[in-house]
Amino acid sequence: MAATVSYDDVEVGTELPTATFPVTRATLVRYAGASGDFNPIHWNEKFAKEVGLPDVIAHGMFTMAEAIRVVTDWVGDPAAVVDYGVRFTKPVVVPNDDAGAVIEVSAKVAAKLSDETRQVRVDLTAVCDGQKVLGMARAVVALA
Amino acid sequence: MALDQSYVGRTYPATDPYEVGREKIREFAEAIGDANPAYTDPEAAKALGHPDVIAPPTFVFAITFKAAGLVIQDPQLGLDYSRVVHGDQKFAYTRPVRAGDRLTVTSTIESIKSLAGNDVLLVRGEVHDAAGEHVVTAHTKLVARAAEEA
Repeated sequence: MAATVSYDDVEVGTELPTATFPVTRATLVRYAGASGDFNPIHWNEKFAKEVGLPDVIAHGMFTMAEAIRVVTDWVGDPAAVVDYGVRFTKPVVVPNDDAGAVIEVSAKVAAKLSDETRQVRVDLTAVCDGQKVLGMARAVVALA
Repeated sequence: MALDQSYVGRTYPATDPYEVGREKIREFAEAIGDANPAYTDPEAAKALGHPDVIAPPTFVFAITFKAAGLVIQDPQLGLDYSRVVHGDQKFAYTRPVRAGDRLTVTSTIESIKSLAGNDVLLVRGEVHDAAGEHVVTAHTKLVARAAEEA
């Protein structure tokens, strides 16, 4: 593990660089293939509407994968993430057009957990179309 | 219909090993648009202290969720999969998944709750490598929405 951010250099409230992640229907088809999750709510508009959704929605696990990139890009070594959890609170609705949807992710250091293990808790916020799509999104990260 | 509480604590047999390939990790990293070289370049991964390319943190879900299928499709448990949505997901890592790993998953039903007519099932998937060492534990909360009243 080779984190490039030092525990001594962060404080509670330190903000990580934000990022935005576009997601189109093509993104979802690709993610379905790579992840093996072929649930039709992620690619079939007719099916999605039949089960009461407004339109095709992104895989929750896709949003979870994008959100942690704010942490792994910041810390350098993805192995620095020792714990990561989210609640899927709102779906990311992906219209059938070129623009699709955009997930905006911000994150900040919420707690310095231990001077010994040099771990911090990072709280993440993921927003799409003005609404939070993840709740309780938290990672424990081991810093240098 | 509420699920049978007696299934809490039930552990299902370990899965056959899943062999993690470099190209599968690359495919996943490309699908999430993540260009971190630790996922695709063995030399970059080695520079960080890893023996081979590592997988993005959520990669392992594909393996643990497939294993959770044993629980979801257990006819005795009787979960209505057509009504299931993913509520929460959490991972606790001992180390990152990496290319060359042969991973087995052991799924356990951690809890069963009934909330406002919804069945809430918490499944723990313990992932071990070929040496029997712990790699990661996935906690997956599934919510089977209540059937609409006729």
